[in-house]
Amino acid sequence: MIYLDNAATSFPKPSETLDYLTNFVTNIGGNPGRSGHTLSLEAARIIFEAREKLTAFIGMRESERLIFTQNGTESLNMALLGLLKENDHVITTTMEHNSVMRPLEFLRSTRGISYTAVTCSREGFLDLDDLRPVMKGNTRAVIINHGSNVTGAVQSLEGIREVIGDTLVILDACQTMGSVPVDMEELKADILCFSGHKSLFSVQGVGALYVRLGISLTPLKFGGTGSKSESVEHPLFLPDRYECGTPNTPGIASLLGGLTFIAREGLSVIVERKQALRRKLLEGLRSVDGVIVYGHEGKGPRAYLPIVAFNIEGKLPSEVGYELNKRSIFVRVGLHCSPVAHQTIGTFPKGTLRASPGYFTGEDDLNTFVEAVREIAKK
Amino acid sequence: MPKNSVFLLFHTIHDVLRAEKIMKERSAAYELVPVPRNLSSDCGMAIRLDDDPKDIGHYLSGIQIAGRFSFDGANYKRLDP
Repeated sequence: MIYLDNAATSFPKPSETLDYLTNFVTNIGGNPGRSGHTLSLEAARIIFEAREKLTAFIGMRESERLIFTQNGTESLNMALLGLLKENDHVITTTMEHNSVMRPLEFLRSTRGISYTAVTCSREGFLDLDDLRPVMKGNTRAVIINHGSNVTGAVQSLEGIREVIGDTLVILDACQTMGSVPVDMEELKADILCFSGHKSLFSVQGVGALYVRLGISLTPLKFGGTGSKSESVEHPLFLPDRYECGTPNTPGIASLLGGLTFIAREGLSVIVERKQALRRKLLEGLRSVDGVIVYGHEGKGPRAYLPIVAFNIEGKLPSEVGYELNKRSIFVRVGLHCSPVAHQTIGTFPKGTLRASPGYFTGEDDLNTFVEAVREIAKK
Repeated sequence: MPKNSVFLLFHTIHDVLRAEKIMKERSAAYELVPVPRNLSSDCGMAIRLDDDPKDIGHYLSGIQIAGRFSFDGANYKRLDP
């Protein structure tokens, strides 16, 4: 079995993920912050530690502003639906996932916002100068996909403040967290949205966003928080304002395990390993007659995640994916929930195959994968 | 429960645990206890200190304390923030 769909979710997980998850479910199991007993307190401590570590991981300090969610999509919805009001204008790009495009479309049709999607290059890169002419007096935020789930292109945001001033920057870092350093100060991000189950190695069902001091969002959900219980008014205090109902504590425990693993291995080691796999994958795919690789080249300094979109000439992605699946090689086919990104790179509506190795992918796995692609291409 | 305790109440469990982290770093004598019902109807936790070291308040200055009470073994008395 060769799993090359780590951009969808990482698999396998490190043993720390399972250890922390199992320890919580087996030995703790309490509802965090809801009761005065030891198991409730221990559950709260796990969430607290995960919140503190994750906050430090993104270069920030005020951990109460790190909000746990169900996934990256919920984080992005919280940011967009919580921030934008009637007549607000938003700038985004043509490399966004539907977890950005669909909330924006919803807000456009129901709340009277407007948005401009700046066209990226065919490799998936944004030219920051292209933001300047579309800035308006009512531009509330710029929302950018930090790393593409289609081409793997990582956007450079250096100099963004010179272009957009103090307009809010919302970053979709679902693909970059754990694959490249993500520091909110360096990136000048105001709200960072991401998932936990990709390169942070949690189980599925965990995401987060960090909301910089001074930004207030209208919550998406209201309810029990374990705090201010005497009042029917939702609390103003963070993180409780944005987190209500019983959280996914087992998932957050697994995220703490994932962060522990990353700290032990070293992020720079992980980044380098993934880049080595990316180079090997590219080299292999480019050696196959009839294979078209999208992106991963271009002028100037370019950064890419280990996410490679490709097609075989004359074949549908679904056919190739089917053949690979028969060989127990798992990649993703189609549009990857990103129709506008595929329009940008010229692969809409057919889409592409997408191979995304992870930290635990072996070089042999990539050799086997490339030979399978070669065999399928000859058919 | 020892006499002459001080209870610190917070708005969120997150703040309780932030305060606990500082207490641990300072090797302060404390215990996390359920919020006494006669102080608040909140269902969370409070921090009980065996005495009232003034410098703890200083170290917790970055955390919003919702209430500070002394306890003499029988009665609670609200202290200045």
